[in-house]
Amino acid sequence: MNFYIYLAIMFIVTYLIRVLPLLLINKQIENKFIRSFLAYIPYTVLGAMTFPAIFHAVGENTICGVVAAVAGVVLALCKRGLCTVAAGSAIAAYLTMIIL
Amino acid sequence: MKRNIFAIGLRDGIPIALGYLAVSFSFGIAAVAAGLTPIEAILISMTNLTSAGQFAGIGIITSGGSYFELALSQFIINLRYSLMGISLSQKLDTSFSPPKRAVLGHALTDEIFAVSVSRTKPVTPIYFFGLALLPYIGWSLGTGAGAFFGELLSASLRDALSVAIYGMFIAIIIPEVKKNKNTAGIVFLAIAISCVLYYVPVFDFISGGFATIICAVIASAIGALLFPVTEDNTNAR
Repeated sequence: MNFYIYLAIMFIVTYLIRVLPLLLINKQIENKFIRSFLAYIPYTVLGAMTFPAIFHAVGENTICGVVAAVAGVVLALCKRGLCTVAAGSAIAAYLTMIIL
Repeated sequence: MKRNIFAIGLRDGIPIALGYLAVSFSFGIAAVAAGLTPIEAILISMTNLTSAGQFAGIGIITSGGSYFELALSQFIINLRYSLMGISLSQKLDTSFSPPKRAVLGHALTDEIFAVSVSRTKPVTPIYFFGLALLPYIGWSLGTGAGAFFGELLSASLRDALSVAIYGMFIAIIIPEVKKNKNTAGIVFLAIAISCVLYYVPVFDFISGGFATIICAVIASAIGALLFPVTEDNTNAR
């Protein structure tokens, strides 16, 4: 088993997955269902990736993850930027770890 | 004008790059802990630029898994990028030629996708390049820093850094959810399915990357059936 063959496999598979759709689809899709479906995709993907994974992202401690999620949602509702919300979640998780 | 758009892209990429520094730092630590050299860890990050796929990859590589197993794991975990590519293809400017798509498409990640697709104007190559540049550098540098110096950081600080990326996702979702209650309902549906797949033991065999695809496809399809997006809405996205 050679590391560089492993590396090449990871690269080629991931690269083709990313680039083939971009190369093959270069027209506007007219179908209303597909257009709507694609418009919802970014938010459903991110929602499903974030929850419940964030609750369990901080080691074994679910409470830290929940606090981080709540902090993130509150900051985002207050219209803070990406950086602030990301940092706020991490700081909230860290402070909770210290307190507990 | 061109330089302006490049600068806007760079600026939009800063929070992503910071998030990547943190996550790739933990990847560098994990890769070295699993038995790879720091250089190998950096090479993986530069050629793959994906978190879940890379974490799964080092597990298979260091346990001597088969090439087929590695290819299949990458395919399943990263297939969501195809879905995103199809969605992004609708927003790309006409100046996005096939060679540019072939080069810049390598930088299609969850976060870069989310930011570029929520841009109100068409996505030009120069904007996309600006957007992807700092995250790419951050991902590579962070991996190297974690691989070489990770042990200097306390475990709790490393754990805390790992939630930063989810905080960024939340920051992208919430404004859209606040703006449109149909989107809100569909996102909650995706999250509900995600929780079922995560917590109900029967579904344990489904990998994280594949679970994301299932949740996103079901919820988006129901959304498209119940609340078709009108032209005005699409343009606003």
